[in-house]
Parts: sequence; C-alpha cells; structure tokens
Amino acid sequence: MELHDVWFVLIAVLWTGYFFLEGFDFGVGILTKLLARDRPERRVLINTIGPVWDGNEVWLLTAGGATFAAFPEWYATLFSGFYLPLLLILICLIVRGVAFEYRAKRSEEHWQRNWETAIFWTSLLPAFLWGVAFGNIVGGVKIDRNFEYVGDVWDLLNPYALLGGLVTLTLFTFHGAVFTALKTVGDIRERARKLALKVGVVTAAVALVFLLWTQIDSGDAKSLVALVVAVAALVAALVANQAGREGWSFAFSGVTIVAAVAMLFLTLFPNVMPSTLNADWSLTVTNASSSPYTLKIMTWCAGVATPLVLLYQGWTYWVFRKRIGTQHIAEPAH
Amino acid sequence: MDLALAPETLARWQFGITTVYHFLFVPLTISLAALTAGLQTAWVRTENEKYLRATKFWGKLFLINIAMGVVTGIVQEFQFGMNWSDYSRFVGDVFGAPLAFEALIAFFFESTFIGLWIFGWDKLPKKIHLACIWMVSIGTILSAYFILAANSWMQHPVGYRINKEKGRAELTDFLAVLTQNTALSQVFHTLSAAFLTGGAFMVGIAAFHLYRKKHIPVMKTSLRLGLVTVVIAGLLTAVSGDVLGKVMFKQQPMKMAAAEALWDGQAPAPFSVFAYGDVEEGHNKVAIEIPGLLSFLANDDFSSRVPGINDVNKAEQEKFGPGDYRPNIPVAYWGFRWMIGFGMASFAIGLAGLWLTRKKFLLPQHLRVGEDEVPHVVLFRNKALGPKLTRIYWLAAIWTLGFPLIANSWGWIFTEMGRQPWAVYGVLQTRDAVSPGVSQGEVLTSMLVFTALYAVLAVVEVKLLAKYVKAGPPELTEADLTPPTKIGGDSRDADKPMAFSY
Repeated sequence: MELHDVWFVLIAVLWTGYFFLEGFDFGVGILTKLLARDRPERRVLINTIGPVWDGNEVWLLTAGGATFAAFPEWYATLFSGFYLPLLLILICLIVRGVAFEYRAKRSEEHWQRNWETAIFWTSLLPAFLWGVAFGNIVGGVKIDRNFEYVGDVWDLLNPYALLGGLVTLTLFTFHGAVFTALKTVGDIRERARKLALKVGVVTAAVALVFLLWTQIDSGDAKSLVALVVAVAALVAALVANQAGREGWSFAFSGVTIVAAVAMLFLTLFPNVMPSTLNADWSLTVTNASSSPYTLKIMTWCAGVATPLVLLYQGWTYWVFRKRIGTQHIAEPAH
Repeated sequence: MDLALAPETLARWQFGITTVYHFLFVPLTISLAALTAGLQTAWVRTENEKYLRATKFWGKLFLINIAMGVVTGIVQEFQFGMNWSDYSRFVGDVFGAPLAFEALIAFFFESTFIGLWIFGWDKLPKKIHLACIWMVSIGTILSAYFILAANSWMQHPVGYRINKEKGRAELTDFLAVLTQNTALSQVFHTLSAAFLTGGAFMVGIAAFHLYRKKHIPVMKTSLRLGLVTVVIAGLLTAVSGDVLGKVMFKQQPMKMAAAEALWDGQAPAPFSVFAYGDVEEGHNKVAIEIPGLLSFLANDDFSSRVPGINDVNKAEQEKFGPGDYRPNIPVAYWGFRWMIGFGMASFAIGLAGLWLTRKKFLLPQHLRVGEDEVPHVVLFRNKALGPKLTRIYWLAAIWTLGFPLIANSWGWIFTEMGRQPWAVYGVLQTRDAVSPGVSQGEVLTSMLVFTALYAVLAVVEVKLLAKYVKAGPPELTEADLTPPTKIGGDSRDADKPMAFSY
C-alpha cells in the first residue's frame, strides 16, 4: 500500500467522520420542523447538538484541506467543477452556523422564527446536496484531458446522483431521529422513536436501490460486503429502535453510514473522479496525488493529530452526556 | 470579453471581498479569546466578581464575533479550488499542507473547546472550564500561524522545486516553509495587530460606558486592560512592521517601491508623506518627502540606495520576460499609509489614555478616585481636564474601536495587491491561477451572492453587538457563583435548567 493509497483511505475516513457526525446534526436540524411541536421542543432539539455541531463541521473543512494537500488535482477538479452546488452548500453552512449562535440572542418572535426556519432549510439542503455530489463523484462526470470538468450544472442533476441525494437526506434524518431519541427525555423522545421507524423504512428502501445500482454499475466483492453490512446495520438500527435500545440503534445507524461511505469509496478506487468521456482522463490516486514527500509529512501529522481529535471530541460528548428535555431549557435573560 | 467583468477580475474581487470581510472578525477573535481567558483567569484566581462579570460580558461579544469568523472561514477553505483551480493544481503540493495542518490541529481545537466553553459553565469544574477558553485561544493562534505560513509562501516561495513533467511546484522542505523569516515576521506582525484590534475594541466599549457613567467597576478594569493591550500591541505592531518591511524590501522590492511611489532608485531615498502620481508617465506630480528615511526603513542606513518601481520593473522583465510587473501603484501607496496611519492613531490614543486615566502615578490625592467612580482625565499634575476636553478624550477613545479594523483591511489589501501581477511571487501569475472551467456567469453569481449575504449578516451582527454592548455586563446568578465540582455537572437536581442554552 503506497502513501497515496493511505491518503485515499484517510480522505474516506474524514468524509465518513463528517457524515457520521454532521449527519445527525443535519438530521436534528430537519427534525425541528418534522418532529418539534413548539418552540421549547425545537430548542431541545437544537440544544442536543449545541455544544458539538461546530466541531462536527470541522470534519468537512479537514476533508477539504486534506484533499487539497494530498490530491490537489482532485480538489481543483471537484470544487471548480461542482461550482454552483458547492456555492449553495457554502451559503447554507454560513447561514446555519450563524442561525445556531444568534437565534437565542434576541427574544423577538419573528427573529427566533426566522432563524428556526433557516436552521431547517440549511440542514435539509446540504444533507441532500452532499448525496448528489457523491453520486456524481462515484458515477463519473464529464472530465476532459486536462482534468477540467466540462459538463454543466444540469449534468450533475442526473437520476443516479439525485437518488444519492435522497439517500443522504433520508439517512441523515433517520440518524438524527435516532440521535434525538438517545439524547432527549420526555414526550419528544417517544415521538422521535416513532418517527425514526417511519423514516428508517423509507431510508432502507431508497438506500437499497441506490447501493444496488452502485454495485451493479461498478461494484466488486469488497463493495458487496460493504453493501450487505450497510443494509444489515440499517435493519439492526430499526430493530433496536423498536426494542427501545436507543444506544444500539444509534450505533447501528452510524455503522450504516460508515459502511455506505466505505462502499462508495471502494467502488471508486483507484479512481478519485472517473471521467465519463474517456477512461484515460479519469483522476486516479496516482495522477491526482501530491509528491511522496508531502504525503509523508501529512501522514505524520494525521497520525498524531487524528487520535487526539477523536479523544477530545469524544470527551466532549461524554461531558454533555445527559439527556435533555423541555424542563432543562430556561428562558434566556435579555 | 469586457475586462472589467473577466472571470479573473471577478474572481479577484470575490476573493478580496470575502477575505477582507473574513479578516474583520479574525483579529478580534484571536485577541478577545486571549483577553477573555485572561479575565477568567483573574476571576478564578481572585474570586473578585467584577472579573467574572467582565468575562461574561466580553465573552458574549467574543462569541457573537467568532460565529461570523468561523462561517466566513469555510468559504476560504473552498474557494481556492472553486475559483483558483489552476493555482490549486500548481501549488497544492506545497500550499495544501499548511492548510490541512491548520484544519487538523487548529480548527478542531478551536471548535471543540469553544463548544465546551459556551455550554460548560454548569458542566465543568471551574479550572477545567477555564482551561477550555485557553485552548480556544491557543487554537486561534495556531490557526493564524499555519495560514500565515501558507500566505508567506505566496509572498516568498521557499522549500520547493518545480516539477516540469507534472507542471507543478513540489514541496522539498516543509520546515523552511514554516520557519522562513517572511512567515515569522508576518506572524509577529499579524498577531500584534490582532491584539491592537482587540485592545482598541475593549477601550472603545469601556470608554462608551464610562463616558455615560455606567457599569463603572467592570468597565474601569476593562479600560485598563484594553489600554495596556493597545500600548504593548501597538508598540509590537510598529516593531514587527519594521521587521517585515525590511524583509519585504529584500524579497519584494517592487511592493515596497510601490508603497512609496518611488519611481526611480535613489540613494539616499526619502520617505514619502504625500504624493500624487501619474502612473502612465511613471513619476509623481506632487510629493512631500522626509529625506533619507526610506533608506533607513529598508536597510537600517540613512544613505543606502533603494531601487525604484521603474528599476524593478526592468529587472523583472529581464528575468521573467516581457510584461508589466507593476502592481496598482495608488492602491499600494495609499493602502500602506492608511494601514500605518489608522494603526498608529489607535496606538497614540491608547498611549494618551494610559497616561490621562492613570490611577496613582504622579497623581495628587484629590484626583484619585474610588472603585465606583469614573477616573478623572488628567493631563498635568494637579488639574483634571475641563469637561470639553474630557469629552473629546472619551469620544476619541470610543472611535478608536474602528481604527485597527480599517488598518488591518488596508494592510491585507496592500500586501496582496502589492504582490500583483503574481499569485506566487516570481513563480505563478494571477492570470494563470484562475479556474479555466468556471464561467463568467458563475463567478458573477457567487460574487453577488456572497456580497449580498455578507452585507445582510454585517447588519445583523453589528446590531447584535450593539445590543449586548448597551446591555452591559450581566448580573451574576447563583449558578454562576457555584460552579460544579464534577465533570458533567453535579446531579443535585435532575430537572434543573441548563446554565446556558441556545
């Protein structure tokens, strides 16, 4: 295994971390409209992710920065090629971050309501768009001999990619509902479990079609294993949810995300962005990667920093391990 | 295609707008994190409640500010790829590494510990909670270091070679990138300026309250802390600016010649106080100058020769081939002056304030005030200034709040535009760095969307800051004064509301 293969795995790990963590916080954002009945309940939801959403989002920044450093060509083609969808994602992430921080800073009804609406949409759109983006990465796009994306924005909205968007949207919503059941107390916890069942069934259907499509198109034995794990874990998450085992349910919905992302990266390898125009023009781990020296330094850095990050982020979740309910939400002093 | 709307021009405008905007928040974040941490340390050590109230007050403003810094920073991480894909392809091997380091080491640190700090008041024992804000502060400084090392490489590329076959720059010595004098002096200068910014912010807001005779004990402490910060940081900003200037005279003589509108090399070279030039003709029409000073700034020697714009342009043409290697001269010239002018004005107001509002030093008994009184503004030994002059000082102190922000913005505009036409000095020109596949319409869309969104957010942010500034330091609650002893919070009452919630 050469260093650029290691970095392919590490990039996959970073995206997995991002989808695992921000997956549930996107889901929670979506639930503010789907599940919460009133403002105190919306605030319960928002506060389950309050201390952690920012740290979760850094997984995306790190995936971006690491792609830049380890696979400059991939970074350049992907981000310039998917320009408009990415712009939309950035706008959402900007507004979303501000919405969390500023919503409670004024007591006016319209102020709070507007930021709550913003939280819903800016959670929903990226949850969908990341699936579209990965559908296109895995399915391949029009890349010319200079590694430039030559399609337009409509090419990105093909059926396979849109289905990918539905998968991430439903999966993250499910993951968020399971997380809510794990982190809340009272009525909302019961309703989160009921909602998780409904969303979970839809997720299973959409995900199965998408993953089978991927498997038939470009899968191999390894990706088939990942597919089976993903689907089995989703079923297990649903069963655990029904049995009221919320911790297990969350763990399994996490495994679903890990296995699904693993499957996408397994079918991608050794490409990082296949070209649909000519297989020779595909970006691969070899032609898109940085020099061995850069990769070596990066490997050292990641090797030391990543375990530390996991340690202190894990500690944060432990500090805020208590369930919260409407009784814990005080009216802020203004 | 109309040059004014060429994708390259638009991409540059977008980068300029988003970066200058982002950097309004960055220096405040860096300095307020450390200053808030300092105040909280004072609280933990002395248990004097005014420090806790000050911590809560400045901490709130810090959080309103950092939220904007964080979200506008996301754009920075991605727009190299979006708008500057040829740049990314060419330099990613070198430039990507410090960015990835920044994310892995600094961003995770900052974002995780800020969450712990915001929500941790009733979840963490006092000292651990205090450690969290210090972690945030360390994170902000590390972040500055890595991104400035990356920028310094664009100013003065080192530790790399050109791989002709792959058509890109490749890293050969990462340590050189992290420790070259450009990076070190840029970090020194930027961090000092950041503390000047935070200090002035504190001075301005504290002066606002003291002028209205409100929240006196907390604001007196804040004024003092702000003034001391402004004076120390202002001094360091000047020293580091001199160091960085000397480095730049050697590494980018064109930038510094442009900063002085020095068209032709001179020995000794004068420092220009005011000039109005004719760029096409290559000389100044009007000029007011201090003889020899520029030679000193460049080389520590009042009579040495400093090369001019025309000399450097000719030298670069010989080295890199035909072309115009001059940046936008008026922008460089005035940007340089506005940076120094506004920065040093703030320093001067701080220095004056430190003397005028002194507590005891050379102050007769009858002018000293108690804990709950606004300090007298005293210039000479025995007499406080009259109401009119006192008012002028407080107003100046309030206005100084904005000066470093202006200075910072012009500093970056100067250093980035002064490097043009290069994206990476001597290696890659800006026109070769832009994304070839991104259309004019796409860049125009994103530029307009970012500008509109940022404008709206600016209004929201400033109004929110104003609201919390006016509200003053909060009254302390029972919960504030009885922090938990166990991590995760003491389980005295399972249904007790959280100390802080969104």
